[in-house]
Amino acid sequence: MDLTTDYLGLTLKNPLVPSASPLSKSVEMAKQLEDAGASAIIMYSLFEEAITAESEGTARFQLQQSTGFAEADDGFLPNFQDYSTGLEQYLNHVRQLKEALDIPVIASLNGVTAGGWVQHAKELEQAGADAIELNVYYIAADLTQTSSQVEDRYLDLLRTLKAQVSVPLNMKLSPNFSSIGHMVKRLAEAGADGVALFNRFYQPDINTDSLRLQASLHPSTSVEALLAMRWIAILYGRIDDLSLGATGGVHTTDDAIKLLLAGADVVHLCSTLLKKGPQQLAVIHKGLEEWMEQQGFESVSELRGRVSALSVANPAELERANYVNILDSYSFSPGVMV
Amino acid sequence: MSQQQMVTVDGNEAAAYVAHMTNEVIAIYPITPSSNMGEWADEWSSLGVKNLWGTVPDVIEMQSEAGAAGAIHGALQGGSLSTTFTASQGLLLMIPNMYKIAGELTPTVFHVSARSLAAQGLSIFGDHSDVMACRSTGYAMFCSGSVQEVMDFSLIAQAATLESRIPFLHFFDGFRTSHEVSKIDRLSQDTIRAMIDEEQVKAHRARALNPDHPIVRGTSQNPDVYFQGRETVNPYYAKLPGIVQAQMDQFAKLTGRQYQLFEYVGAPDAERVIMLMGSGIGAAQEAVEHLVAHGEKVGMVKVRLYRPFDLSAFLSVLPSTATKIAVLDRCKEPGANGEPMYKDTVSALAEAFSDGRIAHMPRIIGGRYGLSSKEFTPAMVKAIFDELTKEQPKNGFTIGIIDDVSHTNLEWDASFRPDANAGVTNCVFYGLGSDGTVSANKNSIKIIAEGTPNYGQGYFEYDSKKAGAMTVSHLRFGPKPINSTYLIGENEASFVACHQPTFITRFNLLEKAKEGATFLLNSQTPANKVWNDLPRELQQTMIDKKIKFYVVDAYGIAEQTKMGRRINTIMQTCFFAISGVLPRDEAITEIKKAVEKTYGKKGQHLLERNYAAIDASIAGLYPVEVPAQVTSTHARPPVVPDHATDFVKRVTSILIEGRGNQLPVSLMPADGTWPTATALYEKRNLALQLPKWEDDICTHCGKCPMVCPHAAIRSKVYPAELAANAPPNFQHVPIKGKDFPEGYHVTYQVAPDDCTGCGICVEVCPIRDRKDPNRKALNMVPAEERHDLEQPNWDFFLTLPEYDRTKLDAGKIKHAMMMQPLFEFSGACVGCGETPYVKLATQLFGDRMLIANATGCSSIYGGNLPTTPYATDPNGRGPTWSNSLFEDNAEFALGMRLAIDKQCEQAREYLVKLADKIGQNLVDGLLNADQSTEVGIFEQRERVAALKQKLATLGDSIDVHVLEATCEQLVKRSVWAVGGDGWAYDIGYGGVDHVLSTGRNVNLLVLDTEVYSNTGGQTSKATPMGAVAKFSAGGKATFKKDLAMMAMAYETVYVAQVAFGSKDVQTLRAFIEAESYDGPSVLLCYSPCIAHGADLSNNLRQQDMAVNSGHWPLFRYDPRKVDRGEHPLHIDSKAPNIPYRDYIYSEHRFNVLNRINPAAAERFLRLSQKHVDTRFSLYEHLADLAVQKAEPKG
Repeated sequence: MDLTTDYLGLTLKNPLVPSASPLSKSVEMAKQLEDAGASAIIMYSLFEEAITAESEGTARFQLQQSTGFAEADDGFLPNFQDYSTGLEQYLNHVRQLKEALDIPVIASLNGVTAGGWVQHAKELEQAGADAIELNVYYIAADLTQTSSQVEDRYLDLLRTLKAQVSVPLNMKLSPNFSSIGHMVKRLAEAGADGVALFNRFYQPDINTDSLRLQASLHPSTSVEALLAMRWIAILYGRIDDLSLGATGGVHTTDDAIKLLLAGADVVHLCSTLLKKGPQQLAVIHKGLEEWMEQQGFESVSELRGRVSALSVANPAELERANYVNILDSYSFSPGVMV
Repeated sequence: MSQQQMVTVDGNEAAAYVAHMTNEVIAIYPITPSSNMGEWADEWSSLGVKNLWGTVPDVIEMQSEAGAAGAIHGALQGGSLSTTFTASQGLLLMIPNMYKIAGELTPTVFHVSARSLAAQGLSIFGDHSDVMACRSTGYAMFCSGSVQEVMDFSLIAQAATLESRIPFLHFFDGFRTSHEVSKIDRLSQDTIRAMIDEEQVKAHRARALNPDHPIVRGTSQNPDVYFQGRETVNPYYAKLPGIVQAQMDQFAKLTGRQYQLFEYVGAPDAERVIMLMGSGIGAAQEAVEHLVAHGEKVGMVKVRLYRPFDLSAFLSVLPSTATKIAVLDRCKEPGANGEPMYKDTVSALAEAFSDGRIAHMPRIIGGRYGLSSKEFTPAMVKAIFDELTKEQPKNGFTIGIIDDVSHTNLEWDASFRPDANAGVTNCVFYGLGSDGTVSANKNSIKIIAEGTPNYGQGYFEYDSKKAGAMTVSHLRFGPKPINSTYLIGENEASFVACHQPTFITRFNLLEKAKEGATFLLNSQTPANKVWNDLPRELQQTMIDKKIKFYVVDAYGIAEQTKMGRRINTIMQTCFFAISGVLPRDEAITEIKKAVEKTYGKKGQHLLERNYAAIDASIAGLYPVEVPAQVTSTHARPPVVPDHATDFVKRVTSILIEGRGNQLPVSLMPADGTWPTATALYEKRNLALQLPKWEDDICTHCGKCPMVCPHAAIRSKVYPAELAANAPPNFQHVPIKGKDFPEGYHVTYQVAPDDCTGCGICVEVCPIRDRKDPNRKALNMVPAEERHDLEQPNWDFFLTLPEYDRTKLDAGKIKHAMMMQPLFEFSGACVGCGETPYVKLATQLFGDRMLIANATGCSSIYGGNLPTTPYATDPNGRGPTWSNSLFEDNAEFALGMRLAIDKQCEQAREYLVKLADKIGQNLVDGLLNADQSTEVGIFEQRERVAALKQKLATLGDSIDVHVLEATCEQLVKRSVWAVGGDGWAYDIGYGGVDHVLSTGRNVNLLVLDTEVYSNTGGQTSKATPMGAVAKFSAGGKATFKKDLAMMAMAYETVYVAQVAFGSKDVQTLRAFIEAESYDGPSVLLCYSPCIAHGADLSNNLRQQDMAVNSGHWPLFRYDPRKVDRGEHPLHIDSKAPNIPYRDYIYSEHRFNVLNRINPAAAERFLRLSQKHVDTRFSLYEHLADLAVQKAEPKG
């Protein structure tokens, strides 16, 4: 039985890819995923905001925290000489994963602006990343911003990155575009090698005691995969040389099969692996083989795109308060003198 | 001789370097000014820095200095090389073990940054009170007087202790030496190796407890042998001076620096000689050399090894021509006929004279100097020599103060300058505590001292406040080593910088400037207008002293180059550009190098920003022509207002102005008793933004005064007609709700000079304008728009009457916040997480409150002079406050409770006894009063007043006197022990536990910041797992101690865990319940602190996250509920509902571990998540348990 699939110009041994999650933070865990059958691994994300916040935090709370009070003038944290930034650690981790694994390693970058940080993409490439996934966490909360301005932001970022690196680039998108199909087409034209549909964000929640917002994290459910399924079904076969990845809500063999039937080149797995461990990938892998055998499919390419046009609406709010928190924590209140 | 390696370090680092290199087990505990030694040791060990034997020393933090001493004793008995660092009260706690360690002839060196002891007041600054209290322990006492000597003597002591088996107390002056930054020769590992005799190390190990060669040590001895046993050690002490001198000689061979037990400097035929030890030697030597050069026959003896006092070594250096000797002690021994070193010298010379070793007995006088880092200058030394010329020189003199009570002090001529000062460049910098001035200056010294052949010295004066503190940096540079161990004085500085524009009206900035000096001012006023900003006095000084004036808009440049409000690099660049201490280009290159060293590895954009700021600084620096005439129309404003009390005008205002050194003894309270309610006179005007009240949408919920850390926003409700004469902009509206009478108005008023601009009040405000969601009922607006307008409003607000407390329902936030805070305008940090709890307690119970305050942040912002935030109500009542120690605070409070209860009981007994005369009705009323409500307390006060009137008519009898003296205690008293987690979880835990067990009515308010905040953020047992703090540089590896669970185990203690930023009503209820419970209560209060690494404008959110993540569950345990058949424990917060990760990674204390040890960070996170989940369900299960109704009392 032939499970191979082409994804971002890479030939993968099967369509099951663990997506960006804390699982890839440990080399040992990544190895277990590979052993369970993962055909590539997408690393946890390197966040633009986290990099900025980190250096601001380091400056404020380690390098510059004098108080003028005699008993505590040297600040409140030890003075570390052995200090590696988040970026250094990430690059190091890319190298370690490349060393430990035989499957392709896809690095994940997370950001919203085309600032200086995009140069990090080059460093990721140099560290050995086989491809880079770009995850744009952007909430168009500015009511004066038009849809095309939002779209241009994605395109600008993509073009800037494209100019930096030669490895394939994958765009991970949210479903919040008024014309998703058109947007995907524009990205492909601007050089994207693939898209992953769809990203899911943290949802804000309200604490009824404090009357304040708080971050909440609810694992995905299979229902969420249906949105991606519909769009993959719509896009399948209509844009040349563009890989389609399905992400979000893939929990069972059934979910994976449906997305492949809709036309996905790969399915990304996250919540289910977090919940049930790397072995869940082997379970899905086995289920896929069994199902193909029952159904008489010889290869993945045979079944991919067989079904399309399922439709379930699932509007979702976007949120990334987790990272906003970090940023806020390091900025001065405007009312404080110093 | 080994190659010299010059480094720029402070005294603490110098001591820690040798201690870490020559020891294996280091037990530490934080106490200023010694904490840094422990911090260095911990940090080096966490980085894997190895000692002389190639192993990383094991550094362990203990629960107190007593614990550290015990651990050291054990480690020494176990055969390890072991040391500790301490000072002051910490050293006192080690004394019992010191006797043991010395009695057992165990080699060790304790490094002590000598500090004052708490007597009439606490002081963190330097003198020899602490070490002198250890004279009889049997430790050798070895004193270094400069940063170089600290490093050298640390090693000599280590070598000598190993050889002699006598333990050493190696000490140096707190702050003056421990914190002075100086360029010194760092001892090489080879030198250290050569000084440590491996045979002696082996011998030490061989003496250890070892089951393979069992012994017993520490026996209990009886009259038959104890005495003889004490005398066995004599030969060891007899040999010690010789051993030390031999080690000094060996050291000289290795380094070229020769020391002696006593060293003499001065004329060989000196007639007048002074003797002293410690940092004062630097100042004294400058005076002596100057006087000798000018033909005077004077000299000085530097005492190095003070105990054992080696008479022959002393006689060998003392010129036989000396006829008059002044012995200087840096301590005070009340009641003694002289201080310790004076008496030792007298007896030594008396002995020498009586046994014929000297031919004549010199006249010897003793004097005190330099207590609590009081300045000790060459001018003062000269005054002592002048005194010695007198026929009858004053014995028991003081120098450096004006003693107009006992007339002990010598007069000195402050303008005297020794020749040593020539050729030295003096620079003084006035900075705001948090603007980085001190760190930039330390950096400048490194640049000059390490980049050029010049020597440099830096010393830093600090303020008593934690927010908006002023620092004064004293920097000296010169071609020779600098031993001027005193501040830069009047007319001495060739460069003066003022980094903070508001200082120009508050301080006499150019007092230290000499003629022709350069003055650099940070000001946002353009160069062509800045002259007119200056007050008349400053202008006059500039003209008189022919000052060269430069101005730079550092805040503007900082903003433009995205440096925020961090102006240190900018001001440092300007200093190098105009001071001429280094060629400009060379200096700029060096600054950039230093910046790269600091930021290079930690963020490219930080580096670029700093480079941009350096370049912009040069471009933005302007010279200003100083006109020939004073043109300013304003003078420096008075320090305190005219209506201030007499004491405040005569004493407090002088302290506020920074002129406290001038106050004579007669103006000091003799017993350390100071008035309260003085913080209101210290107007610091720190806020860049102020809250503005939008009275049209405000619902009067009271949350803003609840959260304000400085009691700078208040609410009052009053009859509307009282606002008739209000200033035109005074805001007031009818109060909402039916709780208050018709026709009453409410005002929420900011104190514009006292607000620090933290913005927490706006953060908490739940009301938004529906039409304009950006507009809350409180909004921060630029201070310049509101400050002048709010000032008359605030003054008017203060004249409005307080609402009748008996008519308020304290259980509601809105009502409770109408109560007057009796804790206001403290010097706590901007956005402090502790002070709202203290303020709340004073609002609810302040008029009948006694506070025992453990040493720490709360005792500093609560009781650090010059002013105190505890205030009084219109009846003159308010919290009465005292600080005993760090370790005994619960016991201290219990003692207060016992005293009150006893006096109350006695009053009740005498009421019964005198009932006939007083009247049965009044007596019954007093005896049976229900004081559970404000009304009940009010009525009891009325009865006590009536009783006093009655007693006044009953004539003169003991019974009447007893009742008069005790009757005030018939009014319910509220006794509080306030302190931080260092006290309650660590050093004071034994006492806390005991007080909780007694069942007595004491309320413990634990302000839990999860670190030792006051001493700079050292780990406590309250520190959560994975948090990085000093003393746990690798992240705390154990869980936070569950103090609440321990207290609940008694079943008779009221326990609550609260976080006002998460659930203010729960906090309020807990305070009321705790206080009303007639037994011990403990309130564990989550207190975000700047040490957590999150901006405190997010204080409330961080509390909320702590609660929601399960880190800080809210609950109340009320033993009274058992009487009703309910479970005493009630959980007030929901099960963990945000990932623990989200909480901790919003704080840098946790985040930073990811950067130094991500694997550990991840492991700690995993364990902590499980821990918070399990603990919450444990609490839930507990709260669900069925309870058997308590037996009826009786």
